[in-house]
Amino acid sequence: MNPEELKKQLGALLPSTTFEEGGEWVTIAIDPAGWAETARQLRSTGGLDFDYLFCVTAVDWKTHFTMVYHLTSIVHRHTLVVKIKLNRENPEIATVADIWRTAEFHEREAYDLMGVVFIGHPDLRRLFMTDDWQGWPLRKDYEDPVNMIKL
Amino acid sequence: MDVNSSITDRPFPGEVHPTAGGGILVTKLDEVINWARSNSLWPLVFGTSCCAIEMMSTAAAKYDWSRFGFEVARATPRQADVIIIAGTIVNKMAPVLKRLYDQMPDPKYVIAMGACATSGGPFFYNTYSVVKGADHVIPVDVYVAGCPPRPEALLHALITLQEKIKNGTR
Repeated sequence: MNPEELKKQLGALLPSTTFEEGGEWVTIAIDPAGWAETARQLRSTGGLDFDYLFCVTAVDWKTHFTMVYHLTSIVHRHTLVVKIKLNRENPEIATVADIWRTAEFHEREAYDLMGVVFIGHPDLRRLFMTDDWQGWPLRKDYEDPVNMIKL
Repeated sequence: MDVNSSITDRPFPGEVHPTAGGGILVTKLDEVINWARSNSLWPLVFGTSCCAIEMMSTAAAKYDWSRFGFEVARATPRQADVIIIAGTIVNKMAPVLKRLYDQMPDPKYVIAMGACATSGGPFFYNTYSVVKGADHVIPVDVYVAGCPPRPEALLHALITLQEKIKNGTR
């Protein structure tokens, strides 16, 4: 499906959604509420069939977090980027590990390094850091006087 | 450090006096042992980031470190003489590096290749995960500057190590 057709079908499926321009791929910005249901629709709606989640990213903008999900369809060879804004004080979002199994590890990584909590995740533990590690090391305001030399 | 000395200028540390049907060798045992060790240094297959690519290049046909006696890269520390720390050492890797070093038989030598292994390099500031120099974990004989160093620089470091061994300073 070419980008225009993809936008048209997404606009019909998600009427309240806004498209971001300028990226390589079709990009939509949505609210965290209802993300699990939207994700399920993106995967199962005929013609979209986003059956492969190939990247989960958490971005710290200092004022808020953004979750970025890169989805692609093996069948139709089209790609979609989903951006979801989270508040920084209490970053919580529904898990998609039950929709795309690969998200289980991706979300553990985002939890480990950024402290984003994925509600409903089957096994939300630290991935790279030790289990007793305090804090979220990839946040912009992270401080570690033991291991870190500040410039 | 100037490692050149009269010992390393000679191809073999000793004098051979030809006699009928053979010869007599006059030398010092320590120097002969050092000479033998320095010309057969087996490196450990160990690389933690991009420096390892340059190390592989140094081993491959174009630079060919086997010209100097390094060709037998070993996949086990128990058969290796020298470990080239080719890359960043993070806090989680540090105990593994220490264990590998401990498993190497004496005499053993260490080369810190590149900025990360020397000081933490580009990860010196504002990083929670990187060891600021591999010499916090194990003793280092030769440091190589660069990010990553060119193969010529690594070859120079290896030859410098050979000279240190030959003149008994290591």
